[in-house]
Amino acid sequence: MQITVKLFALMREKAGTDTIPLEVPAGVALTQALAILVRQYPMLEPYMTHTRFSLRMDFVDPNTILAEGDELVLIPPVSGGA
Amino acid sequence: MFRVTTEPLSVQQVNDLVKRPTDGAVVTFDGIVRNNFDGRSVRYLEYEAYAAMAEKKLAEIGAEVQQKFAVGEIAMMHRIGRLEIGESSIVIAVAAPHRQAAFEACAYAMDRVKAEVPVWKKEFFADGADNWVNQNRL
Repeated sequence: MQITVKLFALMREKAGTDTIPLEVPAGVALTQALAILVRQYPMLEPYMTHTRFSLRMDFVDPNTILAEGDELVLIPPVSGGA
Repeated sequence: MFRVTTEPLSVQQVNDLVKRPTDGAVVTFDGIVRNNFDGRSVRYLEYEAYAAMAEKKLAEIGAEVQQKFAVGEIAMMHRIGRLEIGESSIVIAVAAPHRQAAFEACAYAMDRVKAEVPVWKKEFFADGADNWVNQNRL
């Protein structure tokens, strides 16, 4: 099945894109999708330790099972405000 | 109102959004772009956001603040894009019947924003270097 990975900030710059279509096995867990992602985009691997994940605008657990068409957003440590 | 915008922020406008005749206090926090970080001279900043989720998180924090403190209306506006020194990056206004709750709620809301809202800050230094804040912790 296909999902879309969205990137922001430093990871967006490292990957050179903000949107990555990713082919993953059906019923895959988020962590397994990340393993596939970093094989294709090894420059993202160092940042994964501190990254949080979002589906449908909510933070989700890394063990969440993904569905066809999911938009998985990688949320690096936030630094908003002042 | 909870919004992420590229437009300059007006402290007065955010302040006026929360005023009610029943509330005797409005505490407004105005977050300003500073010209230095860790002793380095900063030229300007760029903020990037996952805007849809950021607005949702701001609204959730607003609801959380209203649960936790005896306050009335709350508004939070975060600016993104390029910001110059002295410009406002975030304005938070909290109204309450009495000042103590408004002070505490405003400080709490800002702490929650810094922890939970998907907005990222990039510093551009006078020496030509740049840095995404908090993102090089490997």
